[in-house]
Amino acid sequence: MKTRTALIWSAIVLLTVLPLWFAAAPPAEPGAEAPAMFGGADERAQQAIGTVAPHYEPWFEPLFEPASGEIASLLFALQAAIGAGVIGFWLGTSVTRERARREAAASESHAD
Amino acid sequence: MHIMEGFLPPAHAIGWAAASLPFLAFGLRSVKRTLATHPEQRMLLGVAAAFAFLLSALKLPSVTGSCSHPTGIGLGALLFGPAAMVPVGFVVLLFQALLLAHGGITTLGANVFSMAVVGPFVAYGVFRAAAGAGASRSLAVFLAACLGDLATYVTTSIQLAWAFPDATGGFAASFIKFAGIFGLTQVPIAISEGLLTVLVVNAMARFNAHELRALPVMAMEKKA
Repeated sequence: MKTRTALIWSAIVLLTVLPLWFAAAPPAEPGAEAPAMFGGADERAQQAIGTVAPHYEPWFEPLFEPASGEIASLLFALQAAIGAGVIGFWLGTSVTRERARREAAASESHAD
Repeated sequence: MHIMEGFLPPAHAIGWAAASLPFLAFGLRSVKRTLATHPEQRMLLGVAAAFAFLLSALKLPSVTGSCSHPTGIGLGALLFGPAAMVPVGFVVLLFQALLLAHGGITTLGANVFSMAVVGPFVAYGVFRAAAGAGASRSLAVFLAACLGDLATYVTTSIQLAWAFPDATGGFAASFIKFAGIFGLTQVPIAISEGLLTVLVVNAMARFNAHELRALPVMAMEKKA
């Protein structure tokens, strides 16, 4: 089980890291400049809308926009931190509980 | 898979919101019922929500030279049923729409439909089918989380192609274009999400066997 877990972890890391070297450059939309390497797929879709429907005007603006890329990454990090914090709390509690249970079982069998 | 604020024509925006709303109401009831009958599962529900929060904040590089994020929705769908993940996905998308200008209020209905309705229902269906066909728990979980993630991005492509059909090729040409952006980018990321979900389910099986006994994913405990 341990080896398999380690193998799965390495596969996840490789799948995430290898594209940094082996990715193709994203194709440019006709009439637009080539999209930045590793930009968001969402922005590329937005550009694609621009070529399919050049006259489309977005009819609503975001109510609040992060003041800069830094502020946006702060908020994304916050979102991830909340998620990771809850998962870490659960994992810590679970491991401790499992250990306590095992110790209790061991001392019980000792008493017999 | 976030359709940007204002980038769906009003009729589409309203239509998708109307389509998502009953699922949201049904999902809220489902969560309430789960917590009422199994209060000990509150922590695991929190973990499932946290998993979606965490994964959908991580934009990962992909082979197409674009970045995209996993959804983290499959895990909760397998544990608590697909309906339970509708409100969870809704909260994640609302947070990103309001604070991050990522997605939007007008496109919330469409984004909820792809990530919080199609994603979990496909994941759950794939899991049942794979388990029924005799796959091991790990394989069934992997396929469910991976294909649920992909289905979300295919749905987004359909939504955009429907709203913006190509002038000459119509819906099909437009769909191929958007699926080329969202679908291909998502393939390695969906595989990563599938693998990560297997790891989390394995950890839960080890540490929370008692709470999980009643949940669908654990019904096949013996085959793990």
